[in-house]
Amino acid sequence: MKVLMKGNEALSEAAIRAGATLYFGYPITPQNEVGEYMSRRLPTIPGGAYIQAETEVAAINMVYGAVCTGRRAMTSSSSPGISLMTEGISYLAGAELPAVVVSIMRAGPGLGNINPEQADYFQATKGGGHGSYRLVVLAPASVQEMTDLTVLAFDLADKYRNPVMVAADGNLGQMMEPVELCETYPNRHDHSEWAVTGAKGRKGHTITSIYLEADAMEEYIHKLYRKYDAIERDETRYEEYLTSDAEVVIVAYGIVSRVVRSAVEALRLDGVKAGMVRPITLWPYPKAALRKLAEQAKFFLACEMSMGQMVEDVQLSVEGRRPVYFYGRQGGNVPTPAEVVAAVKQRM
Amino acid sequence: MPKVFERPKSLNDKPFHYCPGCGHGIVHRMIAEAIDELSLAEKTVLISPVGCSVFAYWYFETDNVQAAHGRAPAVGTGLKRANPESIVIAYQGDGDLASSGTAEIIHAAARGENFTVVFINNAIYGMTGGQMAPTTLVGQASSTSPYGRDPKFAGHPIHVSEMLATLKAPRYIERTSLNNVANLTRTKRAIKKALDLQQKGEGFTFIEVLAPCPTNWGVDPNEAIDWMESHLMPEFPLGVFRDVTKPEVKS
Repeated sequence: MKVLMKGNEALSEAAIRAGATLYFGYPITPQNEVGEYMSRRLPTIPGGAYIQAETEVAAINMVYGAVCTGRRAMTSSSSPGISLMTEGISYLAGAELPAVVVSIMRAGPGLGNINPEQADYFQATKGGGHGSYRLVVLAPASVQEMTDLTVLAFDLADKYRNPVMVAADGNLGQMMEPVELCETYPNRHDHSEWAVTGAKGRKGHTITSIYLEADAMEEYIHKLYRKYDAIERDETRYEEYLTSDAEVVIVAYGIVSRVVRSAVEALRLDGVKAGMVRPITLWPYPKAALRKLAEQAKFFLACEMSMGQMVEDVQLSVEGRRPVYFYGRQGGNVPTPAEVVAAVKQRM
Repeated sequence: MPKVFERPKSLNDKPFHYCPGCGHGIVHRMIAEAIDELSLAEKTVLISPVGCSVFAYWYFETDNVQAAHGRAPAVGTGLKRANPESIVIAYQGDGDLASSGTAEIIHAAARGENFTVVFINNAIYGMTGGQMAPTTLVGQASSTSPYGRDPKFAGHPIHVSEMLATLKAPRYIERTSLNNVANLTRTKRAIKKALDLQQKGEGFTFIEVLAPCPTNWGVDPNEAIDWMESHLMPEFPLGVFRDVTKPEVKS
C-alpha cells in the first residue's frame, strides 16, 4: 500500500524498519524532518534511542560508539553539518565500522542557503575527511528511492563494514510522493566477531584505526582497498535510459535526472538520439558503462546542480575519447528540461 | 604461602610504554583493580583517547574502543545507549578532554549519561611533546608557552570538575591526586565508587586525577611530585564536588 510521505520522513521510517533504532543528529535545514521524525518514533521502540547531539561532530561520534556494539545506527545532516562530520566519517572508515550518514545537500559554500544543490558531490565521493578511505555514496532520485536506498545503505554498510552515505539534494528531502514502505527488515549480519559488547567468554575486542609502524599501516590501507575494489566490482549501480542508440549521452543523478529524462524525451521528439545515464552509486561510479557508451556517443553532457563536480568523473570514465560538456544551475535553481535541451543543441 | 598481591586480571602483563614517573600506569592499574573487585570485566568497554594513553587498550583485558581526539564522551554516549548493560569508561587527558573535547564532556555530563570518565590532568600535552594545555598553570613553561603561560594572552587554567559541578545531572565528581599513598588510596576508592554508581545506573560520574608528567615538565620523578604539591594541587584543590550518596557534600 502506498502512502504519501515527505522524502525525509520516508527515509526515516525506512531506516527504522531496517533496524536502525539509534539516531544521533543535530538540527540543520533542509533535513530537520529526519531528526524530528526519529525523536517521535524511537522513544516508543524497545531499545531505541534518539539524542539531539551538541554538535554534528558529537553526533557522528555517537554513531561511532553505537555501531561499535554491532547495532545499526545513523545520523543525518546537510552540507555545513556534513563538513563537521567528515572527521568522524574518516574514523568510521578507518576502524571499519558500518554506519549510515544521510546528506541532504543545500547550497554552498559557507553558510550558503537552504535551497537544494548537488555541490557536495566532491565532499561525498572524493574523501571529505582525511586519509585513504572510500565512502559508499547512494543517490536517490525519488521518495521511493529515499526509502529503498536507505535500506540498501544499511545492508552495504554491514556487508562491507564501511560507512555508507545516502546523498540527496534538498528537493528530495522536502518533496512528497507516494511511496511503498518496506516491511520490517532485520539486520541479518553477524558482528559478534568484532563488536564490543563486553568480553564475556572470549578475549577482548579492540576497535581502533591507529597503526604506528609504516609497514603495518600500509598493509592495513591495502586491506581496506582490497575491500573497496570488491565494492567497485560488485556494487556499482546505475540506470540507463534510451542509451542503446544514443549519440548524445546526458549524465545526471538525483532530482536532476528527472529533469533530464523529460529533456531526453523532448530531444527524441526533435529527432536527436539522446539518452541518459543515471548513476545510483556516486561511488563506486559507473565508469565502465560510460566508457562503453563512449564508443557510440558523439558527446556527453553532465548536468548537475553545481558548478560541475560529477562532470570530472564523466571525464575520467570517458578517458578523453569524446567531448564532455557541462550544464548546471546553482544556488537552489533547478535546471528546466528546456534549458537542458538548449544546452544539448548548442553543442551539436 | 598465600598470595597477598597480584596483577589484576583485567590488566595484562605487557610492559607499559609510559615514561618513568608517569601517572598513567598507576591509574590503569587502579581501573583494572576496580573492574576486578566489582566483577565488571565481562561488561566493560574502555575508551582510549588521543594522547599518551592512546594505547590504553594495549593493557586492558576488556573490550576496547579508540576514539578521536576529545570525542570519547560522544563515543561513550553511543556505546552506552546502544548497550545499556555495558560498563563504559572514557579515559581522557587534559588536552583531549578540556580542549578539543569541551563540548562533548559538558553535554555528556549535562545529559547525565550513565558512564564514567577518568580525566588525567597533568597540565601539559604529553604525546605531542609538552605543549601548553588548557590546564597549564599561569607562569608554567611549555614548548608553546616558552616564557610561561601569560594570562594576558593565554588566559587561565580551566577547572573542569568545578565547571561540571555547576550542572544538575552529574552524580559523582571528585578530584584526586597521585602525589602520595593516601591520595593514591583515595583515587582508587573514587574510581571504584564511580564504577559502582554506574553499575547501579546512577548516571554520570567523573574522576579528575592530578598526575605527574616528569618528561614534559622537565624534572625527575621525585621533583615532579614536589611540583604537584607546590604548584598543581594549590591550583586544583582536591575534593568531592558532587556525590549523590552524600547530597550535603559541597566542595
